[in-house]
Amino acid sequence: MIEVFAVLLVTALASSLLGVFLVLKGQAMTTDAISHTILLGIVIAFFITNDLRSPLLIIGAAVIGLITVYLIELVTASGLMKQDAAIGIVFTALFAAAVILVSRYADNVHLDIDIVLMGQVLFAPLNRIELLGISLPYALVQLTIVFIINILFVLIFYKELKVTSFDPVYAAAAGISTTFIYYILMTLVSVTAVTAFDAVGSILVISFFVTPAITAYLVTKRLSHMIWLTLITAAFNSLLGCSFGYFTDISISGSVASVSLVTFLAVFFFNKNGWIRKTLKTRRMLRKI
Amino acid sequence: MSEYAVSTKNLSVAYSDKPVIWKLNINVEKGSRTAIVGPNGAGKSTLIKAVMKLIKPVSGKSFIDGSTHKSALKQVAYVPQKGEVNWDFPATVFDVVLMGRYVHKGLFKRPDKKDKDIASAALETMKMTKYKNRQISELSGGQRQRVFLARAIAHDASIYIMDEPLQGIDITTEKLIISTMKKLQAEGKTFLVVHHNLNTVPDYFNRVIILNKEIIASGPVEEVWTKENINAAYYEKSDEPWTS
Repeated sequence: MIEVFAVLLVTALASSLLGVFLVLKGQAMTTDAISHTILLGIVIAFFITNDLRSPLLIIGAAVIGLITVYLIELVTASGLMKQDAAIGIVFTALFAAAVILVSRYADNVHLDIDIVLMGQVLFAPLNRIELLGISLPYALVQLTIVFIINILFVLIFYKELKVTSFDPVYAAAAGISTTFIYYILMTLVSVTAVTAFDAVGSILVISFFVTPAITAYLVTKRLSHMIWLTLITAAFNSLLGCSFGYFTDISISGSVASVSLVTFLAVFFFNKNGWIRKTLKTRRMLRKI
Repeated sequence: MSEYAVSTKNLSVAYSDKPVIWKLNINVEKGSRTAIVGPNGAGKSTLIKAVMKLIKPVSGKSFIDGSTHKSALKQVAYVPQKGEVNWDFPATVFDVVLMGRYVHKGLFKRPDKKDKDIASAALETMKMTKYKNRQISELSGGQRQRVFLARAIAHDASIYIMDEPLQGIDITTEKLIISTMKKLQAEGKTFLVVHHNLNTVPDYFNRVIILNKEIIASGPVEEVWTKENINAAYYEKSDEPWTS
């Protein structure tokens, strides 16, 4: 049980940290797309290696993740449609290709669409690895490494991430490459998503990328505070969701994602500038007129 | 070093098949306050964006202090239009002004005490010190423009390029921006400003570029700011091509 929670926690922290910048750049839906299309990368890499634990799977996922971002940019840049429509086209096409490949050629392999979408974090501790003589869940080791990489990325590129998310035009004028930062960010999003989704499923990965960050976004006025609050929210959601799922015997991934929504709604309605207070204020003002 | 802060040679920009600016040759004198004026769709913002290398020209070149290289842009403080950024971003006024120092910091380097002092001084110049810790979403239009200008001042550039800095702001802010501009010019800085209020051109600027896809006139305000030139830009080239 502790190990299940540890896997969830590290996944939550690794994803939500990048989620801060995805939300600020208005790229939440791109994450949704990537979390699905990387399946195509995994499938293709699997056909080459025939090994579900090969590191090539991660590389394949990262490459397809980048191709997804690039295709979305390309379709958007044509000026013929907006980004949301571009995401809709690219995402579904690549994901469908992956589904066809799996159902046609990998029917009797353990590459199950249900597992991909919903994940099964309870099974994560079954896959183990020896590290310095200690037996640890494979997913935990992998995700801890990804989390550390993500922390380093944010530390090293903190000011670049900040200025490119706030004012990309100024950043470009000041010689800071928005495109470069954006593509590194999206590579890490792909890598995080692929390592996370074997453990917790792609739906929960998307929830981790987006929900803690928008919850924190509602109440913070500085980027550093937003990052800390995002991580705290992510940890809180995992703890509560994991316990709830465990004791009520329901899908843990589903439980964590639902708890995340509840936390978000609570903050949305009850924070000091939240919906309830705003509505009351407006009412009071209207009565005065 | 070049005698011009900004210049272009046969610069043309087009969106798909429509030319927006056509074979522009401009020379912005160092230490001048140069206005770019012209009707809507004349290509004023496009010209500035091409100079800042934010859009690719179809032909021609632009120079910053005689150089076509991207690194020359570090000498330029660019003030975009107010609407171009996400004002709900979790940042305080001071955070945004401090971003003006990023251009001088390499990878791994965070702004230090000296940078913070420079940012504080820039805030003071724009009379925004008391809003230092306010979140940027809580600012009025005029205050937002002051924050942008403070960021440009913190950048400590030699050339300021501004896209309609006076649009939609209060009169106090307008006066403050103009007096700051004149003060900085006295210190040797160059200003290239897209401007829309024709009445204030002679008061605020000493040189002007009158633009309508092509250059209509360019030079010192007292020489080229004439009724004929303004009419040529604003009326004769309007929607009725047969009248020209």
